[in-house]
Amino acid sequence: MDLALVWFILIAVLWTGYLVLEGFDFGVGMLMPIIGRSNKGRRVVLNTIGPVWDGNEVWLLTAGGATFAAFPEWYATMFSGFYLPLLLILLALIVRAVAIEYRGKINDETWRGRWDWVIIGSAWVPAILWGVAFANLVRGVNLDADHQYVGNFFDLLSPFALLGGAVTLAIFLSHGAIFLSLKTDGEIRERSEAFARKASLAAVAVAGVWAVWAQLAYSRNTWTWAAVALAAVALVGAWFSTLRGRFGWAFIANAVAIVGAVVLIFGAMYPNVMPAIDEANSLTIDNASSTDYTLTVMTWVAVIMTPVVLAYQSWTYWVFRKRLSMEHIPEHNELTFMKG
Amino acid sequence: MEALELARWQFGITTVYHFILVPLTIGLSVLVAIMQTAWVRTGKEKWLRLTKFYGKLLLINFALGVATGIVQEFQFGMNWSEYSRFVGDVFGAPLAMEALLAFFLESTFLGLWIFGWDRLPKKLHLLTVWCFSIGTVLSAYFIIAANSWMQHPVGAEYNAETGRAEMNDIVAVLTNNTTLVAFPHVIATAFLVAGTFVSGIAVYWMVRKHREDAQHKDIGMYRTAARFGAGVMILSGLAVIITGDLQAKLMFEQQPIKMAAAEGLVHSEQPAPFSILAIGNLAGDDPDSVTHLIEIPGLLSYMATGDWNAEIDGLEELQEQYAERYGATTPDGEEIEYRPNLAVTYWSFRLMIGLAAFSAALALGIFWFTRKKRTELPGWMKTLALVSLPMPYLAASFGWIFTEMGRQPFVVAPNPTGSDQIMLMTMFGYSSSVSAGEVLTSMITFTVVYAILGVFWFRLIQRYAVEGAPEVAEPVVRKDDDQSTPLSFAY
Repeated sequence: MDLALVWFILIAVLWTGYLVLEGFDFGVGMLMPIIGRSNKGRRVVLNTIGPVWDGNEVWLLTAGGATFAAFPEWYATMFSGFYLPLLLILLALIVRAVAIEYRGKINDETWRGRWDWVIIGSAWVPAILWGVAFANLVRGVNLDADHQYVGNFFDLLSPFALLGGAVTLAIFLSHGAIFLSLKTDGEIRERSEAFARKASLAAVAVAGVWAVWAQLAYSRNTWTWAAVALAAVALVGAWFSTLRGRFGWAFIANAVAIVGAVVLIFGAMYPNVMPAIDEANSLTIDNASSTDYTLTVMTWVAVIMTPVVLAYQSWTYWVFRKRLSMEHIPEHNELTFMKG
Repeated sequence: MEALELARWQFGITTVYHFILVPLTIGLSVLVAIMQTAWVRTGKEKWLRLTKFYGKLLLINFALGVATGIVQEFQFGMNWSEYSRFVGDVFGAPLAMEALLAFFLESTFLGLWIFGWDRLPKKLHLLTVWCFSIGTVLSAYFIIAANSWMQHPVGAEYNAETGRAEMNDIVAVLTNNTTLVAFPHVIATAFLVAGTFVSGIAVYWMVRKHREDAQHKDIGMYRTAARFGAGVMILSGLAVIITGDLQAKLMFEQQPIKMAAAEGLVHSEQPAPFSILAIGNLAGDDPDSVTHLIEIPGLLSYMATGDWNAEIDGLEELQEQYAERYGATTPDGEEIEYRPNLAVTYWSFRLMIGLAAFSAALALGIFWFTRKKRTELPGWMKTLALVSLPMPYLAASFGWIFTEMGRQPFVVAPNPTGSDQIMLMTMFGYSSSVSAGEVLTSMITFTVVYAILGVFWFRLIQRYAVEGAPEVAEPVVRKDDDQSTPLSFAY
């Protein structure tokens, strides 16, 4: 098979890993006040992702690095073209990393309260903007003959793109609530399960509309109907599983739905990597890719390293498999000094 | 200002800021792993306390380092898209490898280490901190390999059809001789920073505890930490000097104009003296204004070549050579200035070397005053320790400012023995589709956000350092059916 095509698929795989894993991280962050409520409750919620969120985020860095290495033109056009949305995402990711780590470092209500708002806000922003960005990829953007983005910021905020933002938002909320249902016990678990039942229904509705719209209006391939169907069935399955209290299945179904969504997004663009509104200016798998030599080197690295990474990340989830509840949260994990 | 200048300022600000955090993370992660190893092997409580104490400081630092590192991965595409198009086929590979081989390792195992004290058996838990620290060192390797390719492009050829550099030898890229001296230089610097950090805080505590109670049990623990850090400083300091010398010799071959600027050598001389102090116009753009006040005859010739009598090319001669080989004017007809900013290169080079001397003084002071089981340090050692703490950080920052500013006007400097087509002037590398207003917006927001986060970072490091090493209980591994015991650590 053509190596550039292999890398197109591999980058889709990396994004899938990122959206499945950091998807529930964002969901958990957004749900901190709703499901956590008290300080201790919020700590239960936050600590479900405590040992893993940082490793999950590396999937994004890897997707970015892989795009740079395998499709330099795509990397250059996309990141300079989506300048302001990307800036907002980066700012959110920066303050979020610091907020999670610093929140508990001083035993003071005001200190914790402020960082909590940072954690919550910095989960909402990327949860919406990733959807906006992907919807724009599917829809196509204004590129000139040199593959430079010539639109402006507001061109990126079409109704289709905004609905895309709602899709990632709804899926991440439901994904996070399902994850919390699996990882907590006691009252936090009850609230998570109740929220998951509603959120997964909302995800079916929003994502269903968007997927059909994407397929009818923008997909360059008929076969992506299969991805639409897969995502739809999986989302309905997730909702159904939450009603029956089968949250393990719900989580798997949600992950499958994200796979379906990524297949739809990448499949709808294919053979482009970044479609232009004027099709002649589109960046394609062929005209955006690196040389065969570079792709061969990178394929070897990916083929060897990805299973290793998956193995030790899975092991991490195994080590921290126990459910958390209020009793597990120590009174003071950090220094006990008070404000001042 | 134009988008180009703003993009350069943004890169400078975000990168120097990021690199304030990185050396401590790299060096301290290994030192903490050594402390924990000492605890596992000897069972002595002091090593466990030191592990937890410095481990906590490491985490505060790591969080901000990771956060600011995310920007680095994306701003090539955002602000430097033309650069990215030109180099991506070569430069993207080490970046992707860094993510896949190093970032995953450090981030995943850091989570296991922080939260794993009561989940993993002692030795397995020790392994996690080693995996974490190996990840940090590995990531340095790949990013230095990427940077070295910008200093000295190898393993690639120019493709006129695609108009970009294309990789033809990954082994050559990863074993670039520039990488092989720059990587140990950077790693040794990281240990110098971390050693100074460990010792500096330990000295502060030795003096403070001694004043409170000369028999206090913690004094011995801090003495151990101070001497451990001092040993690290001596060893890494020597390594910094040796690798720095090798690097300088290499740079005289690879980027002679950068080194001539570092020395303020305006005209070729045989033998060339080493300048201790020179003055010139502050803008640094007028070689004729350079006046040398103090010099050591012949030393520069020796540093560059190993021969006290060698001729070294000066800036004027090199400007002519570069103009002849790489073109005298831009496509717009403007004359190309190949000489980097003199004031910046000359002074950053000297500050890099000079500021590192504080660590040497601290290390020697520690060894002298703690000889033969002594535990009392003179009060001024505390002052020296606190003054020394930021010095290796500053030295490292000036080192990078020198390296990057000295490469100008190139973003990819031409390799004198390689292809003359593989080079890129900084002015052609920025994103032409991004407006100056957009770059200004991002520059201001990053700067403001970084400044605010920097205040919290400093306050927390200071607070935890001043709180001292915590009392610890021996970690107990939880049983599977244990449902009610609180975790040993939770956010």
